[in-house]
Amino acid sequence: MSLLTTILKQLINGLQSGSIYALVALGYSMVYGIIMLLNFAHGDIIMVGAYIVWLMMARFALNPIIALLAAIVGCTALGVVIEKAAYKPLRSSPRISLLITAIGISYFLENAAQLIFGANARVIPPFINAEPITVGAVSIPAEAAVTLAAAGIAMVLLNVLVKKTKMGKAMRAVSEDAGAAQLMGININNTISFTFAVGSALAGIGSVLYCCAYPKATPTMGSMLGLKAFVAAVLGGIGSIPGAMAGGFAIGIAEALVSSAGLSEWKDGVVFAILIIVLLVKPTGLMGRPMTEKV
Amino acid sequence: MDNRANNKANKKRFELPVWAAYIINLGLFIAFISLFGVLLSSGALPGFITKVAMLIGIQVILAVSLNVSTGYLGQLPLGHAGFMAVGAYASAIFMTHTSIPAGIAFPIGIVIAAAVAGLFGVLIGIPALRLKGDYLAIITLGFGEIIRVVLLNIDSVLGFKLTNGAAGLQNIPKTTTFVNAWLMVGLTCFLIHTFIKSRHGRAVLSIRENEIAAEACGINITYYKTLAFSMSAAFAGAAGALYAGYLGILNPSSFGFMKSIEILVMVVLGGMGSMVGSIAAAIALTAAPELLRAFDNYRMIAYSLLLIATMIFKPSGLMGRYDFSMKRIIENAINGDIFRRIRKSRAFDKAEGEGEA
Repeated sequence: MSLLTTILKQLINGLQSGSIYALVALGYSMVYGIIMLLNFAHGDIIMVGAYIVWLMMARFALNPIIALLAAIVGCTALGVVIEKAAYKPLRSSPRISLLITAIGISYFLENAAQLIFGANARVIPPFINAEPITVGAVSIPAEAAVTLAAAGIAMVLLNVLVKKTKMGKAMRAVSEDAGAAQLMGININNTISFTFAVGSALAGIGSVLYCCAYPKATPTMGSMLGLKAFVAAVLGGIGSIPGAMAGGFAIGIAEALVSSAGLSEWKDGVVFAILIIVLLVKPTGLMGRPMTEKV
Repeated sequence: MDNRANNKANKKRFELPVWAAYIINLGLFIAFISLFGVLLSSGALPGFITKVAMLIGIQVILAVSLNVSTGYLGQLPLGHAGFMAVGAYASAIFMTHTSIPAGIAFPIGIVIAAAVAGLFGVLIGIPALRLKGDYLAIITLGFGEIIRVVLLNIDSVLGFKLTNGAAGLQNIPKTTTFVNAWLMVGLTCFLIHTFIKSRHGRAVLSIRENEIAAEACGINITYYKTLAFSMSAAFAGAAGALYAGYLGILNPSSFGFMKSIEILVMVVLGGMGSMVGSIAAAIALTAAPELLRAFDNYRMIAYSLLLIATMIFKPSGLMGRYDFSMKRIIENAINGDIFRRIRKSRAFDKAEGEGEA
């Protein structure tokens, strides 16, 4: 019985961190789907989001809801500005230049944050002061419940956006074939900016949920989180939205299980081992589109 | 018609024999090493310059070696720091456990480092090189991170005191000097240059240009890809050995993903496929942060903005695929067509610019 409760508890932990990974992975996946860019700056957008949360809650002592909204708005604006300023001029250049630019943006954000906020961690006050919810023998921390609910709502909204709205249709069309989409009268530049905006907004939500779980903001917090979310995106099939969600949860649960087995130092290693196995066995991921090679 | 005129001119042109070019280059290289070696050991320059010069040498080896797999083979590995780590640890473990005098042990350590890293290159290359493009980048990133995690935790599993985990290896003999670091730079550049000019090098270049066409011409793609990849890894391992001897302490965290990226940035900024570009970028990007210590807070921001600006305004890197050749310069000087060459290249640039517009 006690083993079962431990496993259930770890599963809940895994679902909590998994839903954060899933939200971040969605941003990677959508951007890759639309302009084939491995956006290494995405993790650092989360870092900026965390600092916004810190500013709102610790500095100005505002309500967590306001902090959430500020983080979403701030991250969205940042994502769009980055896209317009750095990626748009490179639309027709080789993909490696785009990749290096993304790395440059990532360096820039990290160092700017270090300059403004200092290298030390900023502690964020707790969001939720609620009792854990008890279901049978298992108690679910309120943070975990809120995280899961928020991530679930965000994913449902995203699905509606992509499947039901005109803009979502445009996004799918551009990722299928940008040239053909343009011929059908779709404004490619706006669609790409919109994709960045949506991805960054999800990163904003992710940053608030991350701060819920680990209430600290440091300039380099985005890189490892981003890298793991990226693994999640690849695991699910990069470019695929349901794949990114599944991959995020899978990585979160795998990490929690490894930690509960007492091997928490090997956590990162296991995540990357999963990545390698997936790439060798099924390079397009669990739900990715098969790639066809043209001669 | 123009072609025939060129052929006629070529017949009368002076051509430097290849062996003479090698001798001249060797002479220049020895002159460079001894000049700087004397300058640095005489104390005419401040002491930290020696340290920066050694670090630059290590970074040059890393950039030139990564250029083999990015510039010449046309792949995009993101785990180069992993091979450097393997080499650094292999040589450091050898150096701390051996009883051979350090002067003799260090070259052996470098060879061991290169061999072990090259072996890892083969082991990782065989599965990784089956993938292409971004997927290759991702899988090498994964392998690089796994090497780091394994170095961090292997002791607690096997019960050895081999890598010393997060505390890192300490008291490694500090055997790297300016002269041996830069001799290794020269050796690396020489070996990679001759490799690329050889039949095998042409096979590697043809894979970059078009993999399917190369395969159709009977080139064993898997073999040459693995060869170039493990060669790149082996030289990274040698750089790692120099790094271990330079720092005296090793810690897995210095070989993370960001280190791989740092090396890749040098190669791309210098121009992929240009050895002189890699060297110049490695020198500039290592020296600039060290010399700008006074503006400590702003230097990394300036660095990142420079990186972004270069990619936006000159996506092919500073040198493109241009490569420096002493032989060509001497031939042009003797044939007296340096000025003609410059005029011609200006006219060419103009025509190309108009073509693009």
